[in-house]
Amino acid sequence: MSLDLSLPADLLRALAPELVLTVAAMAVLLVAAWRHKTARDSRVVGWLALLALVATAAAAGWLWWNGARPVGAPVMVALDDFRLVVDWLLLAAAGLTVVLSFDYVERERLLAPEYYVLLLFATLGLMFMAGGDDLMVVFLGLELMSVSVYVLAGFNRRSPAAAEAALKYFLLGAFASGFLLYGIALVYGATATTSLTQIGTQVRTLGLANSPMLLAGLGLLLVGFGFKVAAVPFHMWAPDVYDGAPTPVTGYMATAVKTAAFAALYRVLTEAFAGVAAWHDIVGWLAVATMVAGNVVALTQRNVKRMLAYSSIAHAGYLLVAVAVGGNAGAGALLVYLVAYALTTLAAFGLLAAIGRDGEREVRIDDLSGLAQRRPWLSFAMAVCMLSLLGFPGTAGFIGKWYILVAAADAGRLFLAVVLVLTSVVSAGYYLPVIMAMYMKPEPFEQAHADVRLGRLGAAVVAASVAGLLVFGVRPNRLLDLAKATGEGLHAGPATSAAAPPSPPPPPAPSGR
Amino acid sequence: MYRQWVLTALIAWPLIAGAGVLLAPTRWAKHLALVASLIEFGLSVPLWWMFTPEGGVQFMLDAPWIQNWGIHYTVGVDGISLFMVLLTTFLVPLSVLGSYSYITTRERGFYSLLLVLTSGMIGVFVSLDLFLFYVMWELMLIPMYFIIGVWGGERRLYAAIKFFIYTFFGSLLMLAAILVLVRVVGQRTGVYSFAYSHLVSHIGGLGSLAFWLFGAFALAFAIKVPMFPFHTWLPDAHVEAPTAGSVILAGILLKMGTYGFLRFAVPLFPAVALHPAVQQIVVLLALIGIVYGGLVAMVQPDFKKLIAYSSVAHLGFVMLGIWALTLQSVQGALMVMINHGISTGALFFLVGMLYERRHSRLIEAFGGIARVVPMLAAVLTIVSLSSIGLPATNGFVGEFLVLVGVFRSYPLAALIAATGVIIAAMYLLPALQRVIYNPLDKSANEKLPDLSLREITVLVPLIACILWIGVYPQPILRRIEPASRQFVQTVRLNAAAFTATR
Repeated sequence: MSLDLSLPADLLRALAPELVLTVAAMAVLLVAAWRHKTARDSRVVGWLALLALVATAAAAGWLWWNGARPVGAPVMVALDDFRLVVDWLLLAAAGLTVVLSFDYVERERLLAPEYYVLLLFATLGLMFMAGGDDLMVVFLGLELMSVSVYVLAGFNRRSPAAAEAALKYFLLGAFASGFLLYGIALVYGATATTSLTQIGTQVRTLGLANSPMLLAGLGLLLVGFGFKVAAVPFHMWAPDVYDGAPTPVTGYMATAVKTAAFAALYRVLTEAFAGVAAWHDIVGWLAVATMVAGNVVALTQRNVKRMLAYSSIAHAGYLLVAVAVGGNAGAGALLVYLVAYALTTLAAFGLLAAIGRDGEREVRIDDLSGLAQRRPWLSFAMAVCMLSLLGFPGTAGFIGKWYILVAAADAGRLFLAVVLVLTSVVSAGYYLPVIMAMYMKPEPFEQAHADVRLGRLGAAVVAASVAGLLVFGVRPNRLLDLAKATGEGLHAGPATSAAAPPSPPPPPAPSGR
Repeated sequence: MYRQWVLTALIAWPLIAGAGVLLAPTRWAKHLALVASLIEFGLSVPLWWMFTPEGGVQFMLDAPWIQNWGIHYTVGVDGISLFMVLLTTFLVPLSVLGSYSYITTRERGFYSLLLVLTSGMIGVFVSLDLFLFYVMWELMLIPMYFIIGVWGGERRLYAAIKFFIYTFFGSLLMLAAILVLVRVVGQRTGVYSFAYSHLVSHIGGLGSLAFWLFGAFALAFAIKVPMFPFHTWLPDAHVEAPTAGSVILAGILLKMGTYGFLRFAVPLFPAVALHPAVQQIVVLLALIGIVYGGLVAMVQPDFKKLIAYSSVAHLGFVMLGIWALTLQSVQGALMVMINHGISTGALFFLVGMLYERRHSRLIEAFGGIARVVPMLAAVLTIVSLSSIGLPATNGFVGEFLVLVGVFRSYPLAALIAATGVIIAAMYLLPALQRVIYNPLDKSANEKLPDLSLREITVLVPLIACILWIGVYPQPILRRIEPASRQFVQTVRLNAAAFTATR
């Protein structure tokens, strides 16, 4: 299916997932306005939000199935498999977050159904961010997401930590937005456009690769994105915000927000700045700093949530390696790692939400002692998550890490590969104590974990994630094919459009996929 | 049918059985595990007869696994791996039986982990695809980590994490080396494949890169062996592990290191392995291992730690045998690998039995118990003598072959290594004397029960092997000879060729 984005009807079709989610989110907001009293209301709104996400996923699936491609260069919004696959990942992460929130919001008495509406709007922002083919769309998506997540981070208004998290996230997020906007302005100044594909063309045709204004703009863009993905040295906000926010929201921030930020970063760098070689090295050094600092600082954490926060910084470092590599292999590795990482992290935060009681801020690693005897399946799931984060063979985390290593080695970036390997060894020092506490230490006192409970839905979600981790770990073929095709699709677009602006539409995808 | 599927069945069956044990009622766990491991042993026994010594790699199965990266599921055995597989399937049922009374908590988990561990070990020995090998290599790490950490002694947490981090560090470097290796060979041949046969036949001389790659492989394996400066995890892991854990650790896991050298590090990088500087370093470290391991064992008050250090010495012989690269020395190295599994396994069982009776592993806690537990004392004597390498026991065959083989390449090294045999007598015999002879001066020892029927069942197969291999090692030697000969020839040939083309 080829869509001519200059025609309104085709543009609407190309935006189908975003439109569906916008309309659905408005409708859910209306429902929430009338029904926001009881726990049951909250649950109803939650289910409606889930429904909205499913409908959106169906719309994205429809575009993907028909192999939607733009006629000529994309306008404002990209139309390729990369966008749709990332959309799915975002929707899946949002859906899992909604399900994991059901029990959590009731236990923590956060009975405002707007919680789910905000999640929907945040997801909408993320989709625009990841799919935008124009710096303005990316920025608008980022702001929509940020405003929603600022509120979500401070949603527990009785908790001072949550207030601190929200304020910190807001201040530093605004700061980062400033950098990003300034970068966009400079890039516009250098190239007279904000469209990613056109920036790429301008850089090539006008020979702007060494233009100071463009490079300054690129630098500021990297700083802005660096804040959003929590890359060292722009990570200072992350531990406090992750620690203070409600646990499912933390999971959402660590997975969905990070996924979209990485997708947008990757698109911006490879489409707009393909002609500028400098960013490969800059991102490479950011990756090294992030991997080293994230892993080393995580070693000293005793609080599980904070440890996971630093671990997510470390994982941002691994993902930055994939970005630094670039090319088809980099895109494929990025996608596979994001899938593995999102599944693992969501399951881990879901489990953490179940283990923590009122004010789970205080769950220390030692508090997990003896959990395996009381809750064997829950401990098993947590152990698999930790091993997947560690990148142990047999789990999806290993496949993701391996893909990044392959991509880095093929691109000749052996130094990055070696740092990744060595920091992974360090990460064993903080993932293993979780397993050790659960399995190898005795319960601190009788019935210490008697009230640890994971709701039926939460259990199903966690079980599905863990099963997915193990299946992808042993049999990743399908996922790899998908990632490979998607990565190639991302780069097919700009290359042809640069050669001859009205490029011939690519052949429709075989329906057998 | 059997030829094609047996190795896969040997990998898959313990996994299935392990899941079954986990789900079954607790009181059946050990019996089910015993039955499962006996079935595993039964499955592997026909390998002994159906194996053709001159046949190269046999019982192969090759199926695509992750096509995007050229990864296959390829398994097969040759003369080098055959006895490692058989040793594994032989020791596991004994370990299960030997744990019947030792393991009293969380039995299901223990036995199911033991079975999963079996899968990993068999997988390591039969993998002929480097990716598969790496996966299996890591896979056996987790069950062992849990076995030490959950059912171990007082300092088990420390021992478990030390064991894990040491091995994990080495193996991740190996992973990076595998990746680079496949990429280099892939660029040269246009085929990106992790298949061992493809890599070993197309690797050629890699110049200085070969040193780095060999270093990464060698570090991973040297940690596992363990060679002298990397051995510090071993005493901790051995002492803290439960009996079955120690038996498997000494009997099989350590052999993975030397097997890795035989299968991967040396054949893939022959020019580096035979480089004079590398040769000197390895031989020197092996000798230090033999002498230092023996001397440290001599002063250990803890019987289990004594045996742990004696392992360092024995594995030194294996390394020496591999690097001397003569037919006798390589055959001898393989024999020491088998014998060490049997003798040291038996010693760990015996120490475990003593510990169960007396709740102490200290040598000085015993004394004169030959009068109280005559059977146990007799068995301990036989096993100790075999570990020292007395003629007519299995220990003699292996070490003698190694010494004869090494003498041709490095006479001085053979001389020093020979003192290792004497040192072995110097640490084991006094310990033996202090434990079972001497006067019976501790009242706690007066009422010790002698071996039970179950314990006899565990020990008899081991004693039988000790005597059989000691008197008539020919059936084993015949099966490992062609593979050893081929190993020596190709390594020497390729080393010369690769050095010339560098």
